[in-house]
Amino acid sequence: MSKKLMQAVMFTLFRLLSLMVVCILFSIVGFIAYRGLAVLRPQFITGLPENGMTEGGIFPAIVGTLCLMTGSLLIAFPVGLLSGIYVSEFAPDNRLKRFIQIMTNSLAGTPSIIFGLFGMALFVNQLGFGDSILAGSLTLAILVLPVIIRSTEESLNAVNPAIRQASYALGATRWQTVYRALLPLALPDILSGLLVSFSRVSGETAPILFTVAAYYLPRMPSSVYDQVMALPYHLYVLSTSGTDPEATRSMAYGTALLLILIVLFFNVLTVLVRRLLSKYVNIK
Amino acid sequence: MSKLEARDVNLFFGAHQALKNISLQMEKHTVTALIGPSGCGKSTFLRLFNRMNDLHNDMRLSGTILVDNKNIYQRSADVDALRKKVGMVFQKPNPFPKSIFENVAYGLRINGVRNKNYIEERVTRSLQQASLWDDVKDNLNRPALQLSYGQQQRLCIARALAVEPSVLLMDEPTSALDPASASTIEELIYELKIKYTIVVVTHNMQQAARVSDRTAFFYLGELVEYDETKIIFTHPTHQRTQNYVTGRFG
Repeated sequence: MSKKLMQAVMFTLFRLLSLMVVCILFSIVGFIAYRGLAVLRPQFITGLPENGMTEGGIFPAIVGTLCLMTGSLLIAFPVGLLSGIYVSEFAPDNRLKRFIQIMTNSLAGTPSIIFGLFGMALFVNQLGFGDSILAGSLTLAILVLPVIIRSTEESLNAVNPAIRQASYALGATRWQTVYRALLPLALPDILSGLLVSFSRVSGETAPILFTVAAYYLPRMPSSVYDQVMALPYHLYVLSTSGTDPEATRSMAYGTALLLILIVLFFNVLTVLVRRLLSKYVNIK
Repeated sequence: MSKLEARDVNLFFGAHQALKNISLQMEKHTVTALIGPSGCGKSTFLRLFNRMNDLHNDMRLSGTILVDNKNIYQRSADVDALRKKVGMVFQKPNPFPKSIFENVAYGLRINGVRNKNYIEERVTRSLQQASLWDDVKDNLNRPALQLSYGQQQRLCIARALAVEPSVLLMDEPTSALDPASASTIEELIYELKIKYTIVVVTHNMQQAARVSDRTAFFYLGELVEYDETKIIFTHPTHQRTQNYVTGRFG
């Protein structure tokens, strides 16, 4: 076969495969939108569940999910950022550092139900937080911690080493170099890691199952020790274990659609923030 | 008393010996050129004087490096203070992706200078010394990366000068530049030696001959010959030096 023909064949193959990925995504979103769009009315978003969750809205679940996203990232971001900086810039390049990196990766690959059980054992029972926003946020925070650590570490490593040298050569300490020269450059990447974690947290079900999620709780939380409903768990309830799964089918699709829209919103936000920041720090 | 001195220096990176038994003295307000083929250890030698080799964690060093007669590798030595005193300019211009002003002010800020007037004065003065002032004075808030390559290198020189070092190490400062920018930098080196002690690594023989007072020829980690530049280029003692400076090998 001529090399030009070979190239044409391979490229066609790659194109078809890429197209297939796009098709899969579109058919999922399209199907859910098709089934869910009808119920996505204002009172569905702002209303409380009624009549054994077969009518009304999902407002408590939306609020619950937003609480968990905020709570978990308030915990995970500072811890993850500082750990990532430590591993990338301060830890001596030895076995301990590699051990930390391997452990971080293993944590990232641990099934999320394990986090759920761990969170229940430690936060709910041992520390006595009960089923609460606090326990759920802590559990989700541990879940996304490795993502934030890795993205921080990789973003710092990706900064041109010449910048690091320039800063050291002027007598800057390690911390000054990180703070003044490297972080501003790594920030767009670090923040996109953060926003990826945002999407991840919004959709996780297993970690909140035993730590915070309420089956039915039609009121707003008043403190971090309250339970809340959450979108992914609510979706599970509506489609499998509600009072009347057949009757709530369309509500389940509406909930799914809303969850996808939230994730989509954060992905778009990621792109916009990256663009804005990249312009701001003026990377060529 | 010489400004910079190496005594019996041996340097290893892991199992590889990068410098072999080097002793060398450099006087105040002189320009010393370090020449030799790639991999001969001249850049590594240069980086001993501001401890930039410390960034490699498998480095081992024996012997003594003195700056102003002080051993800069003794345990109590303050590396950050040393790097303030011994400035460095790299092969490729490496300005921070900040404004022109902030690039030059960086060294002052990290050294705790808060006085706005003083910072402005130092920035202006340093840009003048690096003969960049006339090019940029209209707008110091422009991003540094918008400058031409040659201007960026002069900015890096200004940035190094802003913290008032007494030594300037230059690691092939013109090898990434076009000939016109390179000759501007060469003229600059010539002017700067009135105030600074300069060590410049170069692959360019004409440049070494033009700018330096003394020249050291390195080969495979050894210092082959160190003498006045005139002598190195006209009557070197060693055949190998002769071959290298006349371009017969390298």
